[in-house]
Amino acid sequence: MKTELIIQNFFNGMSLGSLYALIAVGYTMVYGILRLINFAHGDVFMMGVYFAFYFATLAHMPWWLAFVMAVFGAALLGFLIDRIAYKPLRKAPRISALITAIGMSFLLENLAVVLFSGVPKSFRNVYPDFFNQMIIIGGHTELKRGREVIVDALRIPNVSVVTLIVTAVALFVLWFILYRTRVGMAMRAIAMDIQAVALMGININLVIGFTFALGSALAAIGGIFWAMRYPQIWPYMGFMPGLKAFVAAVIGGIGSVQGAVMGGLLLGILEVMLVGFFPQTAGYRDAFAFFILIVLLMFKPSGMFGKPEIVKV
Amino acid sequence: MDRMKLSGRTKFILTTLFVLFMGFILFAAQENLNSYILRIISLIGIFGIMAVSLNLINGITGIFSLGHAGFMAIGAYVSSLLTMPLAQKEMTFILEKVSFPFNTELFSSCPFIFATLAGGVIAAFAAFVIGWPTLRLAGDYLAITTLGFSEIIRIFAVNATGVTNGAMGLKGIPPYTDVWWSWGWLLITILIIGSLIKSSYGRALKAIREDKTAAESMGINVFKHQLTSFVVGGFFAGVAGSLYAHWLTTIDPKPSTLGIMLTFNALIMIVLGGLGSISGAVLGAGMFAFFSEWLRFVESDINIFGFHFEGISGMRMLVFSGLFIIVMIFWPKGLMGRNEITWDGVYKTICKIKKLTKTGEKRLGISGEREGEEL
Repeated sequence: MKTELIIQNFFNGMSLGSLYALIAVGYTMVYGILRLINFAHGDVFMMGVYFAFYFATLAHMPWWLAFVMAVFGAALLGFLIDRIAYKPLRKAPRISALITAIGMSFLLENLAVVLFSGVPKSFRNVYPDFFNQMIIIGGHTELKRGREVIVDALRIPNVSVVTLIVTAVALFVLWFILYRTRVGMAMRAIAMDIQAVALMGININLVIGFTFALGSALAAIGGIFWAMRYPQIWPYMGFMPGLKAFVAAVIGGIGSVQGAVMGGLLLGILEVMLVGFFPQTAGYRDAFAFFILIVLLMFKPSGMFGKPEIVKV
Repeated sequence: MDRMKLSGRTKFILTTLFVLFMGFILFAAQENLNSYILRIISLIGIFGIMAVSLNLINGITGIFSLGHAGFMAIGAYVSSLLTMPLAQKEMTFILEKVSFPFNTELFSSCPFIFATLAGGVIAAFAAFVIGWPTLRLAGDYLAITTLGFSEIIRIFAVNATGVTNGAMGLKGIPPYTDVWWSWGWLLITILIIGSLIKSSYGRALKAIREDKTAAESMGINVFKHQLTSFVVGGFFAGVAGSLYAHWLTTIDPKPSTLGIMLTFNALIMIVLGGLGSISGAVLGAGMFAFFSEWLRFVESDINIFGFHFEGISGMRMLVFSGLFIIVMIFWPKGLMGRNEITWDGVYKTICKIKKLTKTGEKRLGISGEREGEEL
């Protein structure tokens, strides 16, 4: 294995991992507050991509505006999902909320099939060609079949670099909201003790709704960059990334935002490395995430950064 | 109020009579109805097995498993590979030759009952292997790992071309499943799972559902009980998968055929019927099969006041998922809650109606038929 390839795979894994991290943060924040696996999160991710697609193609917005609008659209969708489906079930047993979340995921997928049709669409002509170009570092030119080609070079697609930068910025904004604003303080407080926060006169439902909106916005950012990596979009595209991002959140320790980011990066790098070093296993790459999850949970049931749950009798 | 109770012998006779009566109805249906309706009736039986077995895991034991489709896929593939004739296998497997042991005469054209049992046993074994590491996890983690496992099984079905023919799937599976097979297996499922729930074993399972820690401190081996319930559920899921494969006659590893959709559908059935009730699960399965056929009209072209609306495919599932959420929010107990339809309950209702007609009272409680289960 050449050094260039290792660096290239590492970079590739980082950029895939940062997408997992963006989605995983939404899972972990909602879980931290409501103890609910928001199964619909992966479908908010998908909806975000479709919003971007239709804002750019039907509404003829410039691509950057379409992307920003799609992120806001997804945030609104996340807020509405909480209001419609989860808010009436705050006092219900946790299993009811979980089943409703599955139903919500099902509803969004079928809504997408009805609205956007089940036929895959191409995201290629939505974003400028700049993202597909490669940064080429090092290497030397060689003549092959009468043409000069660069070999042994480090090739990194622009979209990977942009993904990393945007993820870093988004996570910084998230950190700022969580630790430097009043609403962030309320979110952290709710994660500790929801009833005590209600007694302090804080509008819990608004804060929870804001959490959903924030998580959904991050998922939509992840989704748009995902669609640039894999430009085929269809209503079930959110299922696998959503599931794997949840796995990432669990690996990092669910409820912990830092853990979700670390888990996402780790999962992305391991997955790309696996496929890079053992190309014959490429078909099983989706299964690999669950394998890691099960091995980890056997030895460290609360993930890397999670606090173990203590049951009091 | 011991007049409200029936003796065990009466109940046994009534149950036998009821089964014979159902058998007669199925016989009459087979003689008189067309093949389309008969197919739906068989499907109700398959869905019933699916729902009752998932209900044992999710509703009775309180393990929130989302891996049902995985076990069904195992049952479907194993049994189909066993019943398919060798010539049909050679025709179907284009990408790669079918691998040992399915390329021998011994493992082809097997009797349906044997193939279904084999599918069930291997699915049960898979449930054992999957349950062993995951049942130590808490509820939510378990849901996601079992979902992951069913997805892993599907991914293996896509990639293990020598056994499953990859994404092309298996074609030309003999159409063995008819009304008798599916309802016969449903009867066996209900009898076995029903008597399991009624035994001390079942009471232990319910205790685990209500409070794991309390059950453990009463000396119940929580892990062993959960694993048993998981394995029994897995066995019947495999049986349902086998019946489903021989009903479809073509299976492939798409999410909509033998993937996550199937788990969702089974979950909808048991939630509609009431988590933790066998009769509820069967009713839920019947309702699901009926409505998913009946709702086909929303996908066809509609003319309202001269306006023509073109049918949109996928509308049916949208309506279904919308209904599902509404049921969850406004009616989270489902049709039956945790109650069962029992002979005692029916008898009580009859007694009440008699009493009411005697005293001339008009108020009739409709909840009379729902008898609280004997914990």
